Amino acid sequence: MSTDLDRLHVVVTAKVKLNDLVTRFEFVHAGGKPLPPFSGGAHALVEMRDGDVTRLNPYSLMSDPLDPSHYAISVRRDDAGRGGSVFLHDKVQVGDRLNLGYPVNLFALDLTARKHLMIAGGIGITPFVAQIKQLQSTGGAFELHYAARTQALATYADALRAAHPARVNLYLDDQNQQIPLERLLSGQPPGTHVYVCGPRGMIDWVLTTAHALGWPPEAVHFEEFLAPQPGMPFTVELAQTGKTICVGEHESLLEAMEREGVDAPYLCRGGACGQCETRVLAHDGTFHHHDHWLEEHDRNGRKIMPCVSRFEGTRLVLDR
Amino acid sequence: MTIQFNDETFRDDYTFRNSDWAIRRFPFPFHEDSYMYSVNMERHRGGPEGSVYAKRFDVDEHYISEMRDRALVLAEDPLRCQSLPHMTLAGWDLLELIMVNKSEDYPDLFELDRDGNKWRWINKPLSIDDSFIFMDEASLPYGPMEYITRQTQGDFAVLDQRENNLWMDAGMVTTQADWSLDFDIGMNFFEWHAPVPLAHEMGVFKRALKFLLNVQQGNPARRLNWTMTVNPLLDTSPENYHKWGVQKTTLTPENLGRKQHLRVELQTFYRLPRSNALVFPIRCYLIALEDLVTIPKWGRRLHRVIRDLPVELATYKGFIDNRPLILDYLSQFDDGLPTSPGVWPDLDSEPPLRR
Ligand code: HEM
Repeated sequence: MSTDLDRLHVVVTAKVKLNDLVTRFEFVHAGGKPLPPFSGGAHALVEMRDGDVTRLNPYSLMSDPLDPSHYAISVRRDDAGRGGSVFLHDKVQVGDRLNLGYPVNLFALDLTARKHLMIAGGIGITPFVAQIKQLQSTGGAFELHYAARTQALATYADALRAAHPARVNLYLDDQNQQIPLERLLSGQPPGTHVYVCGPRGMIDWVLTTAHALGWPPEAVHFEEFLAPQPGMPFTVELAQTGKTICVGEHESLLEAMEREGVDAPYLCRGGACGQCETRVLAHDGTFHHHDHWLEEHDRNGRKIMPCVSRFEGTRLVLDR
Repeated sequence: MTIQFNDETFRDDYTFRNSDWAIRRFPFPFHEDSYMYSVNMERHRGGPEGSVYAKRFDVDEHYISEMRDRALVLAEDPLRCQSLPHMTLAGWDLLELIMVNKSEDYPDLFELDRDGNKWRWINKPLSIDDSFIFMDEASLPYGPMEYITRQTQGDFAVLDQRENNLWMDAGMVTTQADWSLDFDIGMNFFEWHAPVPLAHEMGVFKRALKFLLNVQQGNPARRLNWTMTVNPLLDTSPENYHKWGVQKTTLTPENLGRKQHLRVELQTFYRLPRSNALVFPIRCYLIALEDLVTIPKWGRRLHRVIRDLPVELATYKGFIDNRPLILDYLSQFDDGLPTSPGVWPDLDSEPPLRR
């Protein structure tokens, strides 16, 4: 799952600053070929070589899924993060070559739904932009409720409202506007699916409210990408490979394994897909789990998701 | 090489034959002298030149006759091809996948010209030359899935992915080993696998599903499955069991080598881009035991596998009653010599049969 054949070689054709935080990047295939089509909600990993560090961060594709001529992503600058978004904002320029992973969708529309109710917070708008384009061409009913801090930070709100005035609703924090969630979730026709993408707090709010109102879990979809968080360096013994490696402050456990040539599986690198799940053989210390994948009973020293989670303590042995 | 297409039947007079070329490239499924269910999946990224793994959709000498047989099955029973309403987008994805791959892999047989959404598809072996609008169903004689799978060997299950499961919401199934699309339509991965013995308890399906949910665009996977079929029948469906079930009682020591076939399915898995569905092509290859044993290694090994196969599997696969007869026949081709590891014939290195 990690060879060069899995990469799309692209060239940056546009870098558009949308507001203080968000910049859009557009890519075309470096060989002039069409890019693979994708489904609304898909993301791609963007490979960033920043000095001797290689990062692979997931970004939602927000161009038209049926248009293979180019891809677009929108990147929110995160100065406190490990530098992936800062690298894109500061270093990547039009004309640069980048490698992308193939599109992967962990936030797909349920095509059996009669109606799609979309709830977005901040940069969480991006997967919906592509989903709305998909529904436009295949003809599905949708309704978007989009919360942002200010009008200026409501990325793409104007374009969405211009295209779909009756279906797009905007709520601005600085105007004290709030999504009327309970009312929304109570008044939907049967067969409606709800989708939420945004900050953790918003996702929890929607999940809890939907649950309390009796929504079936299979009709509730969410996505939150977790950028790996920086943290204290730690040491790991890899039992299968027989290596002991150090994970630095600004790299993830998965990145450290890759740096040491350990072939570890991965897919989303954001704690959502489960592909990199790894068994813990022994430990003495505390886990900092940041994933959405593991069951509660696995978090207590049984398993770890190396793409986003960390460890603090004297000894950690993994089955890898 | 250019393929010489056979003119043959898979019913009535059964004129189906494998050429020497087809025998040597047969996808023999046993890499060792015994067999048990496992999560036997690997990437589908080519294989030795000329092998059935080399191309993404293998075309062989049986192509034209297999497509003729499919048309006969569909004429009698249109429910062999079904697509629930939300699966049309996946049908277009599948049509594109097959047309692009076949025209790239077999440029002398298939041509695809694309100008935006105006497409022209030329299928020389079947004398088809159609122009149509991509994503416009009215521009094709059938729905997109049916159109392209009437021109592609193998069955197709098209699975919708939702609720962390796969749902059999569309398919073209005319060459199946005793299961029914009409029965399974709308079922999920665990429901349609319910009849399989032992594998559930072994955790095979849980792990297999986890793998499948993560099959990604640009990174297809494959596995082999196998069973035994009396007479070279493609359509061994429950719907027609009354026609083929009785043929299992016609085996004799004299006709067994000719009538008993090993049936191998090359199953592949592709993520479909626009719909995020998964397509599961199930390509059936048949070989008469008398042809199979011309490869000494395969003769030795098949005898040992069939002899030691757990009763549950031989029963599920439907040959428990004939197993003694089959073993009598195969034992003539097992001289007890060791076999080399792996599935390949190894004709140059494996010794001929010692009598
Ligand atoms: C999504 C793709 C798949 C589809 C559509 C599919 C479908 C089926 C069907 C319809 C049957 C017949 C069940 C019956 O008796 O009615 C079957 C059997 C079986 N399947 Fe799958 N299957 C899929 C993937 C897999 C995978 C990945 C495995 C991996 C281990 C697997 C293992 C088996 C086994 C062991 C049997 C019994 C076969 C025999 O002994 O002849 N299947 N499958």
